[in-house]
Amino acid sequence: MSAPLLSVNGLRVGFATEEGVVQAVDGVSFDLRPGEVLAIVGESGSGKSVTAQTIIGLTRANNARIEGSVKLGGEELTSAGDAEMRRLRGDRVAMVFQDPMTSFNPVYRLGDQIVEAIRAHRPDTSKQQGRERVVELFEAVGITDAERRVDDYPHEFSGGMRQRAMIAMALALEPEVLIADEPTTALDVTIQAQILELLEQLNRDRNLATILITHDLGVVAEVADRVLVMYAGKVVEEGTLDEIFYDPQHPYTWGLLGSLTRIDRPRPHRLPQIAGSPPSLLDLPEGCPFRPRCPHEFSKCPEYPGLEARLPDAPAHRDRCWLTPEQKREKRMVEGQIGLEPPQEVQRG
Amino acid sequence: MARFIVRRLVAMIGVLFAVSVIVFVVFMVLPKQNPAQTLAGKNATPVLVKSIEEEWGFDDSLPVQYATMMKKVFTGELTSYKPKIPVDDQIKEGIPATFSLAIGAALIWLFFGLLLGYLSAIRAGGWLDRILTGVSIAGVSLPVFLLAPVLLYFLTYKIELFPNAQYVPLGEDPWEWARHLILPWFTLAVLSIGFYSRVVRSNMLDVMNEDYVRTARAKGLSERQVMTRHVLRNSLIPVITLFGLDFGATIAGTAIITEVIYNIEGIGFYAASAVAKFELPPIMGVAIYGAFFVVFVNALVDIAYAYLDPRVRLGESASE
Repeated sequence: MSAPLLSVNGLRVGFATEEGVVQAVDGVSFDLRPGEVLAIVGESGSGKSVTAQTIIGLTRANNARIEGSVKLGGEELTSAGDAEMRRLRGDRVAMVFQDPMTSFNPVYRLGDQIVEAIRAHRPDTSKQQGRERVVELFEAVGITDAERRVDDYPHEFSGGMRQRAMIAMALALEPEVLIADEPTTALDVTIQAQILELLEQLNRDRNLATILITHDLGVVAEVADRVLVMYAGKVVEEGTLDEIFYDPQHPYTWGLLGSLTRIDRPRPHRLPQIAGSPPSLLDLPEGCPFRPRCPHEFSKCPEYPGLEARLPDAPAHRDRCWLTPEQKREKRMVEGQIGLEPPQEVQRG
Repeated sequence: MARFIVRRLVAMIGVLFAVSVIVFVVFMVLPKQNPAQTLAGKNATPVLVKSIEEEWGFDDSLPVQYATMMKKVFTGELTSYKPKIPVDDQIKEGIPATFSLAIGAALIWLFFGLLLGYLSAIRAGGWLDRILTGVSIAGVSLPVFLLAPVLLYFLTYKIELFPNAQYVPLGEDPWEWARHLILPWFTLAVLSIGFYSRVVRSNMLDVMNEDYVRTARAKGLSERQVMTRHVLRNSLIPVITLFGLDFGATIAGTAIITEVIYNIEGIGFYAASAVAKFELPPIMGVAIYGAFFVVFVNALVDIAYAYLDPRVRLGESASE
């Protein structure tokens, strides 16, 4: 296995607000190798987007406190200067955002916006060279009639095409790492599949290290090699795609898996969901933050377990749940498939 | 784009027609008094009134009267009767002074409005922002009729820093032209500087939260490039609309007070003295030309708007 390209260690990101410090990311660590797709999964507010934006320095602000380490090819980024971070953004680490409708400036031609990104890092690129490069990129991401469409404005593109243009822009300078923050959330299902296929192909062809941020395990199943499940700023489970899907250890992961609709199972009467909502980061419960929503809570839960490998034969599969592997194997089965049963009160009522 | 311009100009003609009808109704139909009497002015002889009645055809039907009035206005036949001076000549004479005043003031308020708004926005919440907020609120609270006499009194009469403004034609002596206009320019601009800087600041703060600004940062643009190319550029679109309305209103309204106080013999000065002398024809002429000018400027603004924001042009294909 090659050396990690991107190495995040004990990353903590807190924002000072009037009500107190919001610890959005609390001790996240992972390694990313060239050609690998790492999925970070979690609900809104779990800290997955903040993690990604912190890597490229977009969360730097007066009220932000960033601790821990982010290393790109051995170079420390958390202590790098703003100008240094700027040089690296878009060049070595590129980002694709969630909503292609609003992520392009509506008043400039798409081609010009991509050329702007190229010239920000290669100032001696001529307009003509830049344009040719954009046509090339558009063709690479499957935009037909590229020669003509570089002069279109964002509103003249459909959502899926815009996301392709967004990906083309991210690829413009051949980055080493691509961060895709919910790249398919704003798209309809057929377009989602196309975009994921494109991301997978780029990852394969260009040996691009990819971080895929999503709340949708269906998306993860398509492309990811490894999965990080986040809850309330912490990683609650991590493992390979197979480990997470076939042997999930944390009840939160069960809940996420249980709320997937599956084409190979009978249609459920009601789509299962995880009861309750994520806790406020200003008022976290003592111990495991998933405790209030977890039907399997017991006496040990007021103490938060560390992220540890709890299965003897899978040293890289780690989780934060006190239940024994045997208990987990039994409790995660709901009506013959993995899921999270509704909390006791709801069942009685 | 060409189609958009044509459509906008056609719409403009419709508005101009409506405006001319309103002016006609206000001057000729609504007043209970015999319009010939009003046109003739104070202490007119019955002979003059009689001749005006014939000249304007006040016995004809209203549409014919309307046509006569428009013909008079647009062929330059409109005259004031005591003494008999063509209104067009007077307006033409006033144009250089009024436009020097209004365009100069507009450039000043745009420049300072954008600059202060920009600085305020990029330092939002900091001490510079707080100072500029205070300055612009002070500016917004200084109407022309208050500021003009105060400046005139202190800067011209007390310390004699500026000449007692009278208009010096630009072609005659550009230096004197500017020196005479500085005070009036700033008088007209101060209120708008305050207002525009607030609008630019709040627009910029809104735009800063847009996703595409985050994209611009993620591309690796410098903070200044992000602010000027993406934030400021997009914040200016609503400002253009505002500017069209304000510039028209300055020419056709606010300039009157400034010209009168600073003794600049422009169109506003002419209109004000006509009001003082109860002369109707000049007021009629200034009202129609002024209204036409405002409508025309707004059509130009809409065209500029379509240029700045490609989404506005969408209408042309969507409506087909």
